[in-house]
Amino acid sequence: MNFDLMAMQAFTGLSLFTILTLMALGLAIVFGLMGVINMAHGELMAMGAYTTYFTAMFFAKFLPGLFGIYFLVGIVLAFCVTFAFGWALERGLIRFLYKRPLDTMLATWGLSLILQQLFRQFINAKEVEVPTVSWLQGAWAVTEGIALPLSRIFIIALAVVTAATVYLFLYRTRWGLRIRAVTQNRPMAGAAGINTERVDAFTFALGCGLAGIAGSSFTMLASTGPTTGQAYIVDTFIVVVFGGVESLLGTIASAFMIGQMQSWFEYTMSGSMARASILLLVIVVLYFRPNGLFASKVRRA
Amino acid sequence: MSETVSVPVASGASSRRGNWWGVASFGLLAALMLVVFPLAMDVFRLGLAAKYLCLGFCAVGIVLIWGYGGILSLGQGVFFGLGSYMMAMFLKLEAAANADSSSGTALSAFFGQEGLPDFMSWNSVEKLPWWWEPFHHVWFTVAAILVIPPLLAFVLSYANFRKRVGGVYFSIVTLALSAIMAIVIIGQQGYTGGVNGITDFKTFLGHDLDNDRSKVTMYMITAGLLLLCVAIGAFILRSRLGRVLVAIRDREDRVRFSGYDPALFKAFIFAVAALFSSIGGAMFTIQVGLASPSLVGIVPSVEMVIYAAVGGRLSLVGAVYGALIVGWAKTFFSENFVEYWPYFIGLLFVVVVMFLPTGLAGLLDRLRGRAAGGGA
Repeated sequence: MNFDLMAMQAFTGLSLFTILTLMALGLAIVFGLMGVINMAHGELMAMGAYTTYFTAMFFAKFLPGLFGIYFLVGIVLAFCVTFAFGWALERGLIRFLYKRPLDTMLATWGLSLILQQLFRQFINAKEVEVPTVSWLQGAWAVTEGIALPLSRIFIIALAVVTAATVYLFLYRTRWGLRIRAVTQNRPMAGAAGINTERVDAFTFALGCGLAGIAGSSFTMLASTGPTTGQAYIVDTFIVVVFGGVESLLGTIASAFMIGQMQSWFEYTMSGSMARASILLLVIVVLYFRPNGLFASKVRRA
Repeated sequence: MSETVSVPVASGASSRRGNWWGVASFGLLAALMLVVFPLAMDVFRLGLAAKYLCLGFCAVGIVLIWGYGGILSLGQGVFFGLGSYMMAMFLKLEAAANADSSSGTALSAFFGQEGLPDFMSWNSVEKLPWWWEPFHHVWFTVAAILVIPPLLAFVLSYANFRKRVGGVYFSIVTLALSAIMAIVIIGQQGYTGGVNGITDFKTFLGHDLDNDRSKVTMYMITAGLLLLCVAIGAFILRSRLGRVLVAIRDREDRVRFSGYDPALFKAFIFAVAALFSSIGGAMFTIQVGLASPSLVGIVPSVEMVIYAAVGGRLSLVGAVYGALIVGWAKTFFSENFVEYWPYFIGLLFVVVVMFLPTGLAGLLDRLRGRAAGGGA
């Protein structure tokens, strides 16, 4: 294997890593901070992707002059739509099930089936594609043999910005403080005057909004279909569990490892077998480190 | 991480009246399945009922592990699939052998090795893989169906429970398992039939599978086996083992501190559920004539949970009704307005979890309790 090939391989892994990070960040917040398993997380990604698609159609029709920036608008809109949906979902369903995590899985699974069928019936049963804006077409030719697609570079940047923003938000703002307070000690946070119910709704909605951003960025790499979300959901869970729930850095690190593994395994075997081997590997690792690779050693009730 | 659905400990309250009720509901189910259905339905509908009952095996297992063990498995499709595929391998080898003997050797010489399943020739696999060889024998097949899935389930879940991987984590592990199984089956087309599955069987030990009489016979065997599984489940739950299981579900660490090894109990019941699922899978393949990855992956595995949830997660008999009701609903929707089926089943998940955590059996119990309370 020569250097060019290795560099490309590493870049593919890096790109996959950032995609996994984007997908897993939202889940890490919802699952890690709140202990809620949202099986409809994938459908929220699809929702974000569809929002971007509609934004593209809107710009193409009414604002063709500004088409170059539609994608940025699409990302913001995707976040807003899924954030709002997440808020409604938390108020309408999730909050009744906080003490029954297993039941939450089933209820949100039901929701995901409903959403999929809604996409199929009212948007398009086939996959839709979003046109790539001109400044993201093409590739950056580093050397003769290495060409890095611009869209993937953009996603890497987006992931970095998103992860950094989430981190700063959680650790440097008032809302972040409230979220962490409620996660760590609910009654105490409530006693200190924090409206814990609102924080719950906000945290959940934030996780959903991040799913929207992830979905939005996907549209640059692949087309979006009604079952797109379901295809990603297991990988996303695996990333979060592998990294260790309740650790954002762990999630990012595990996304990196799984992204690299996937890209290197695919070099030696078929894509589907690579996926199967990684899932198996994660199960084995979980056996040795039940709380994930990067879990802090904390005793909890 | 215990669920806090307020549920009565069924085996604990084995008052005489509770006993009577259990026996009566079991008897009613037996009468319905063994007498009413065969008399009231034509062979086609009876075949559908058989199909739902096969999935009912999984539902009964899910009641044991989920309702009483507090373990939510989203991977029962794996064990269903193992049983289903092992039976399919046997049937396929029989079909291949018969095809060769009837069509002479000219064709088989053309298509490759004698007795090779057709899909292998299509995928240019020329030699029967070694792990297919033992499935020429019916006894090996039956033994494998009864031993391999529970063994696998036991080893796997014991390892996990030992390390105290439980609750939602274990659910995700099972979810990943069913994903792996579906991916491998679809990926290894030459050995497993790929996405089309294994199909086109003719006979089972020389008996034609396609005529009405054998269909009715197979239905009766399925119903009998399912009743046996329900009875075994009830026996387990009424034994002391069942009580320990419920105790683990409600307060695992207390049980551990009392000197029990919760992992062992949980793994045992998980293996029993895997056994049931595997039997269901095998019966499914014989009757429907298909082993397919579409019954192994995540979607079918989660769907199996809803059978148990609708019937009532604490009721073994209810699980069978749940499988029948959801199965019939699915057929009804697919015959009339197929596009509304996902809404129906999706809502079913939400509604049952939100408003009927103990399912139809729980509803019935509540009504019964009210009636009894009013009378007393």
